[in-house]
Amino acid sequence: MGGKVVTITSGKGGVGKTTATANLGISLANLGKKVVVIDADIGLRNLDVIMGLENRIVYDLVDIVEGRAKLRQAMIKHKKFEQLFLIPAAQTRDKMAVSPKDMVELTDKLREDHDYVIIDSPAGIERGFRNALEPADEVLIVTNPEVSAVRDADRIIGLIEAADKGPGRLIINRLKTEMVNKGEMLSAEDVFDILSLEIIGIIPEDEFVLSASNSGVPVSLNEGSRAGMAFANVARRVTGEDVPFMDLEENPGFFKRLMRFLDGR
Amino acid sequence: MTSLLNRLFGRPRKGSGKTAKDRLRFVLQHDRINLPPERLEEMKREILAVIVKYVVVDKDRVEIALEQRDRNQSKLVAEIPVVKQTVPPSPETYADSRQNNSDKPLGETEDSVDEGESAAGDAEEAAVASEDGEGADKEEKENKK
Ligand SMILES: Nc1ncnc2c1ncn2[C@@H]1O[C@H](COP(=O)(O)OP(=O)(O)OP(=O)(O)O)[C@@H](O)[C@H]1O
Ligand SMILES: [Mg+2]
Repeated sequence: MGGKVVTITSGKGGVGKTTATANLGISLANLGKKVVVIDADIGLRNLDVIMGLENRIVYDLVDIVEGRAKLRQAMIKHKKFEQLFLIPAAQTRDKMAVSPKDMVELTDKLREDHDYVIIDSPAGIERGFRNALEPADEVLIVTNPEVSAVRDADRIIGLIEAADKGPGRLIINRLKTEMVNKGEMLSAEDVFDILSLEIIGIIPEDEFVLSASNSGVPVSLNEGSRAGMAFANVARRVTGEDVPFMDLEENPGFFKRLMRFLDGR
Repeated sequence: MTSLLNRLFGRPRKGSGKTAKDRLRFVLQHDRINLPPERLEEMKREILAVIVKYVVVDKDRVEIALEQRDRNQSKLVAEIPVVKQTVPPSPETYADSRQNNSDKPLGETEDSVDEGESAAGDAEEAAVASEDGEGADKEEKENKK
């Protein structure tokens, strides 16, 4: 079957899907994998700027689907990684220009010569989400430790299970350890208790994420960034490697619980 | 330091993080079964209204709650203490006893003379659980006895 299609989704908007997609793409490429990242957020193109590739775009996803461009023509090669490509979203088109079936056909082609195809889903539960979900072999759900984001994550997890794409794994993004310690923020453990879904990554709040989006160089290329390290760990876990959670990710007691949860499956 | 102690001895949590978790549990309980809080209350009132047509219930101790282990396992758990009647109403007198079920029962049969316990003193509990219909079956068997 070839490569694996990993969809990044969330329910609520603005929780870090695009950030996660870019960093996962970079980190997997850094591990020597052949990777394509697809921006499925038609009308709100973003992944190109986060990856610093905005000035190279000629064709986009809709051009491929509608036959105006060959697949290869619309794949933009990353500046640093020879084996990392971006397929950008169309900026001036509507989500309805692409169907779930189009996405399955596209990713089936990409699977043939790539290890991973990562899809950045738009927020919401509409067509764009369906497009991103349909071809997925694995779904990663991004959430913030915050009531509304977790609530929407729960809803999206229900939809993912209903579409037989479950169970999915969680990325908890923007965790502030000091606030958790003060009892002023939901901990990763709280989120785990509530959603009962395996956690694949706990990403700290990190100012470098903002500088990275300014410069177009994702944090996983910055060795001083804790968020970058956490994203790199997510990538290794995606490849099946058993990577312990870093200290900053969560307290040790919880880590033991997580391991028990995984063993019990 | 406090956080270390909390970790060692199970944190007695306060702060908005705890509030967030409680509120999340609450909204998700209702989201997951697509039944808003007000409707759930309404349903509880209706359930109880039906039950009191048949038995005398210790209203202060009634508990009907929605329990949830995860997204796919919700169950409605009810604990409805039924006040033991010295004499169970026979089918013929049933209609009467329904109207004044707090009064002294009409007519006495042999096996109902029960060591003179007071009606309110002893309550039997009827638990209604509904998960995969299992609880409902049990309930039905109980009733047949
Ligand atoms: N770990 C983090 N630390 C600090 N800031 C972050 C972190 N993750 C994301 N952000 C910031 O949050 C904002 C939203 O991130 P992003 O665009 O990745 O979210 P999204 O889920 O893709 O949003 P949308 O639903 O609009 O597509 C951005 O400004 C980003 O810089
Ligand atoms: Mg986005």
